[in-house]
Amino acid sequence: MKRIDCLKVIYPELEDCAVVTIMGAVAAELYSLGHRANFFYLEHAMGLASSIGLGIALSQPNRKVVVIDGDGSVLMNLGGLTTLARSRPRNLVHLIFDNETLLSVGGGAPGGYRWFTTATSTGTDLAGIAKAAGFPHARTVRELDDFETAALDALDRNELTCIVAKVEAEMPKSFLMDVHMLENRFEFPRALQQPPRDRSRLRRPTRMTKEQPTTIPALKSREE
Amino acid sequence: MTVSVGNSKVVYDAMKGVGVRLVSALPETWLVHLIRMADEDPQMTLVRLAKEEEGVGVSAGAHFAGVKSAMLMQNHGFLQAINGIVGVSLLYKIPLLMLITDRGGFGEKDPWQTEGGKHTRPVLDALHIAHEDLTRPDDVEPKLAKAMTLAQSSLSPVALLLNRDLMWEERG
Repeated sequence: MKRIDCLKVIYPELEDCAVVTIMGAVAAELYSLGHRANFFYLEHAMGLASSIGLGIALSQPNRKVVVIDGDGSVLMNLGGLTTLARSRPRNLVHLIFDNETLLSVGGGAPGGYRWFTTATSTGTDLAGIAKAAGFPHARTVRELDDFETAALDALDRNELTCIVAKVEAEMPKSFLMDVHMLENRFEFPRALQQPPRDRSRLRRPTRMTKEQPTTIPALKSREE
Repeated sequence: MTVSVGNSKVVYDAMKGVGVRLVSALPETWLVHLIRMADEDPQMTLVRLAKEEEGVGVSAGAHFAGVKSAMLMQNHGFLQAINGIVGVSLLYKIPLLMLITDRGGFGEKDPWQTEGGKHTRPVLDALHIAHEDLTRPDDVEPKLAKAMTLAQSSLSPVALLLNRDLMWEERG
């Protein structure tokens, strides 16, 4: 499963969410799909994306907050999972792309050779840790279909959820991001001043990957 | 000898008075009443941290979402949070009000507090973080208000050091 394909699945859902990503490949790939003012790319301070998400979620309980994290960053702030779990913001989705590598800080190399892997490559189970920390929902997904179901369910569910998406350790096509950190820093809170829409009113008529049967039970509630 | 409930209340009220509605904290002896007051106040959101650096992120998120916040911690908590302070607050120009209990100064009886106390001010100075001591209850409200004003105008971290003279009551 590729990170960029996962991002393509959730991208249409992120319109009025507060989105906080970590630096590097994730930020560059989300940016490549089309930058929005409600995306904040944390270019440093590995581990703190979820803490920033928590601060937003507690301050704006009616807005969906999506933290797009990575295994390397999460491992630098495992205690943060316990803080999230005990604070239990129902409006926060913690999405962790787990490529088992410190890819963006130099742990990956062309040709797929990974010379600095993380502990998830030797069996550390981040969804298991999140669950044990007290997340009411946490699961690992390895296939795009499962990711889609898990991510859309998490976005619709009014409960703290962690999704660990196992992805390939692949560099983005480009690291180019034509938005300065400070520009991003100032536009982001301005975007959060706009009131969020009521997510229960969102219509999601088409899924991106599969041919649809005439009625999809999972979609029914959204269309009512 | 005991932690001053009265002066903890003065600090708490001043914090609330400048608009703080979210507090992230880790306890230490001098902070017990302040944290309890935050916990018991329905208008305040208290985030109990596992490690102080998280609080820098939480405060940044609150700022993005339009809520004023503060961090309560000890010297060693501040030292623990340095990477977050540099990599979030300073790098991204985000206001951060830090209330740091100033352990390890004159009168400190716990040997394990003496080293952290020595390094707090030099580290604050090295990072060019404006700081002042809170020693007398009468100074608390005006200094806290000025600290918050500077944090918001300069988009920077600021620190108030809660001194022994303020937080600790020697009883005869």
